[in-house]
Amino acid sequence: MNLKRYKEVVLKPLIDENPITLQILGICSALAVTNNLAVTLVMCVAVISVISFSNLFISIIRNYIPSSIRIIVQMTIIASLVIVVDELLKAYDYETSKKLSVFVGLIITNCIVMGRAEAFAMKEKPLLSFFDGLGNGIGYSIILIGVAVIRELFGSGTLFGYEILPLVSNGGWYMGNNLLLLPPSSFIIIGLFIWAIRSIKSAQIENDEFEIKPHSTVPDLTKREINV
Amino acid sequence: MFEHYLNIFITTVFIENIALSLFLGMCTFIAISKKIDAAFGLGIAVIVVCLLTVPLNNLIYNYILREDALTWLGIPGTNLEFVELISYIGVIAAVVQILEMFLDKYVPALYNALGQFLPLITVNCAILGASLFMIEKDLLFVESIVYGFGAGFGWALAIVVLAGIREKLKYSDIPDGLKGLGATFIIVGLMSFGFMSFGGISL
Repeated sequence: MNLKRYKEVVLKPLIDENPITLQILGICSALAVTNNLAVTLVMCVAVISVISFSNLFISIIRNYIPSSIRIIVQMTIIASLVIVVDELLKAYDYETSKKLSVFVGLIITNCIVMGRAEAFAMKEKPLLSFFDGLGNGIGYSIILIGVAVIRELFGSGTLFGYEILPLVSNGGWYMGNNLLLLPPSSFIIIGLFIWAIRSIKSAQIENDEFEIKPHSTVPDLTKREINV
Repeated sequence: MFEHYLNIFITTVFIENIALSLFLGMCTFIAISKKIDAAFGLGIAVIVVCLLTVPLNNLIYNYILREDALTWLGIPGTNLEFVELISYIGVIAAVVQILEMFLDKYVPALYNALGQFLPLITVNCAILGASLFMIEKDLLFVESIVYGFGAGFGWALAIVVLAGIREKLKYSDIPDGLKGLGATFIIVGLMSFGFMSFGGISL
């Protein structure tokens, strides 16, 4: 037991190695569900539980999986977990399950889950993998919830359906920003998040793919002829 | 009849574009769009796999999984819908694997071009998403072929366009924090707003 290591695997994915803003994982199934905070929270809980348990189970059997069929084995475990989540959601929260429609099923192909299984759970001990899944799931949720808060608060003036900024249409003063209710706005918000994070953590800034060469000849200003 | 299929095709390519309106396959969409060549190869691979898996999953759903679907075998009263996710992903993984082996043996040129992208496709949500949306729309078999092709084509179109924009932007002076990923997200957002203008068109 090495507590420091546990702390590291949980805390690192939150900002420093955030799955969405740095690893480009798991953007797929999430963008369309962030216009409503309550639905987003359900989605986050679903993803966190799937990723932690898939990491746990895959790590338990990691020494018995032949490497040639590991993708299929991982897929089967992940798909079974997603089915459990999907059925639970249908049973206890049918309304939200309807709103999430196919996006719960798409957790299977959410690359965070596969990515962490492949990169971490196949090498590390079960409990540590569980916490790595937890950390990555939370890192994913932080971004998702951030986007959902901005979209719901400034888009429709509510949070969890409660009115925070009274809309003009209801006799208040706030003019809802309808652009934020449209799904594409979440891309722009995530883009700005990335900008904000990278302004603070400058280590994450990507380098240019090219280098500008210095001027090969320095113009000699003293010799310039002036034509009058 | 032809008009009906054309309508499904146009709707899937432009109005419900799988990448820019439904946001599926975003990870690969953003990660592999730096160069037009790579984007084009991946796009073709997605078209082929979508074209194969969507109709196959349609058959599986209609003849095996759906409520009372096994009546043709003389077993009434079944409902296997709860295993649909695992069956679709199984079909997709299998098709990708078979396609890889087939291309390797018979069309090596295409295999070399697509090879590296094929395994990526199993975990591409665009493929699974296309199957799931096909079920949600309750399409018939022939419709599902058109839908599968349209979904793949729309995704390929979107990634090639994004790669084109990113290649053009390579030499522009972007603020440090936005370079690369940040700018790409904002471009995709703007593109996707652009695609929303197709909404409401029908033939």
